[in-house]
Amino acid sequence: MSLNNLDQLYRTVIMDHYKNPRNRGIVAGDAVTVDMNNPTCGDRIQLQLQVEDGIVKDAKYDGEGCSISMSSASMMTQAVKGKKISEALEMSHQFSDMMLGKELNTDELDFGDIEALQGVSKFPARIKCATLAWKAMEKGVREE
Amino acid sequence: MDINAIRQMFPILDQEVNGHPLVYLDSSATSQKPIQVIEAVNDYYRQDNSNVHRGVHTLGTRATDKYEGAREKVRQFINASSAAEVIFTRGTTTSINTVAYGYARANLVAGDEIVITPMEHHSNIIPWQQAAKATGATLKYIPLQEDGTISLDDVRETITKNTKVVAITHMSNVLGTINPIKQIAEIAHAKGAVILVDGAQGAPHMTVDVQDLNCDFYAFSGHKMCGPTGIGVLYGKRELLEEMEPVEFGGEMIDFVNLYDSTWKELPWKFEAGTPVIAGAIGLGAAIDFLNEVGMDNILAHDKKLAHYAMERLSELDGVSIYGPQDRGALVTFNLDDVHPHDTATVLDAEGIAVRAGHHCAQPLMKWLNVTATARASFYLYNTEEEIDHLVAGLLKTKEYFGNVFK
Repeated sequence: MSLNNLDQLYRTVIMDHYKNPRNRGIVAGDAVTVDMNNPTCGDRIQLQLQVEDGIVKDAKYDGEGCSISMSSASMMTQAVKGKKISEALEMSHQFSDMMLGKELNTDELDFGDIEALQGVSKFPARIKCATLAWKAMEKGVREE
Repeated sequence: MDINAIRQMFPILDQEVNGHPLVYLDSSATSQKPIQVIEAVNDYYRQDNSNVHRGVHTLGTRATDKYEGAREKVRQFINASSAAEVIFTRGTTTSINTVAYGYARANLVAGDEIVITPMEHHSNIIPWQQAAKATGATLKYIPLQEDGTISLDDVRETITKNTKVVAITHMSNVLGTINPIKQIAEIAHAKGAVILVDGAQGAPHMTVDVQDLNCDFYAFSGHKMCGPTGIGVLYGKRELLEEMEPVEFGGEMIDFVNLYDSTWKELPWKFEAGTPVIAGAIGLGAAIDFLNEVGMDNILAHDKKLAHYAMERLSELDGVSIYGPQDRGALVTFNLDDVHPHDTATVLDAEGIAVRAGHHCAQPLMKWLNVTATARASFYLYNTEEEIDHLVAGLLKTKEYFGNVFK
């Protein structure tokens, strides 16, 4: 593997989300807050979800971690906003499958930039970085 | 020390990773194993495998002789006065827990103190947190100097007449700091405390003389010193081990078993319940033979030279933070500005270079350093300056790579 293969992992769109995070901050008003970390590496995320009538009205995050974990959080919050809980959970399920090398089914759901993270599946040591924000989201909507 | 000859003895080093020759810079996590160790374990399973201390048959005798022979090698390696003071465990963590349970929990009461430092590995923090909670004792920390060392004045200040246990690492797995154990032991003893030394990073890299250090307990792992995983050692002074109750109960450790009461074997076996890690102990014995052949003083000099060289080369780069003191053991912990250590480690891996990234099981120390994670390159007797040059080239590529994708 040469450094060029790293381009599969570090796509421009990922680095853009890392450098210019979307939805970083705190939700105004009532929200469910989930703190989650990756104990093996120290990445941590605080995710806030505002759910009304079964729909994710707002999603914001804060945290510290590598480019993969933080960009994944940025993309995830973008993607689930406005989605039904059931849709958000389905997206999370598909995201886990994508980490195992499967394709996303984008026919019915708009995944936004998330497909860019597909390359992570070729870097098994980094899958946990990418799934952290999704795990937090799942926990959040289940608490809700 | 003929590094090329040494490298030949480590079959794992002769391979390509991601299209590049493997540069293994993660020996503080676990060291590689020389052929002598691999063969000792292999031979044991092929020829001698049997349970120890019970068979009348020939294989049982052979296995027992090899197992106890390994104990004698450990005794000599750390200069314990008796093999009765050498207990085989699963590793450093189990060794420390054995003392936290068998000594601290049994003897400490509310008002007593346990003293540790912020540079400890989690395995030398949590057992004491738990022992403090269980007994009502207070956990205290010797503060760190700005450069990541501790001052003996602070040691004198922190250890009081209420201190019953002092637990400290021989060498920090993050900062590389080598602590003045002998002097700290003197201070601890003057106040009536016992001292446990976490030797996970110490035993692989330097001559350990437990009588000269005058430590009460010394804990270390086989796998960081060219031995197999799953085997470690707890050294303890005989009079302390004699008064301690075993932590685990079962086969191998008993003298007589009655319906409602039992008595224990003598040292060291009273602390070795169940079938021990026989192959692991034999492998550790072979590792000790190997290390002795190379010479521990040679290894320390080599490791320090590599650490010094790495510090020098890394500090030539722009935008690199290096953590820990100038004088240090065989590792360099660092961060590149604006690149998370996981990302650094991934790019280096693409170049065949294995480094550790994360909190290194030292979260309180990460907090003290004001970082969430770091990268760490750690060295051992088979590493070369040329490999450090590869690391530096890899870091330059990392900076360039992330410089470009950010554009």
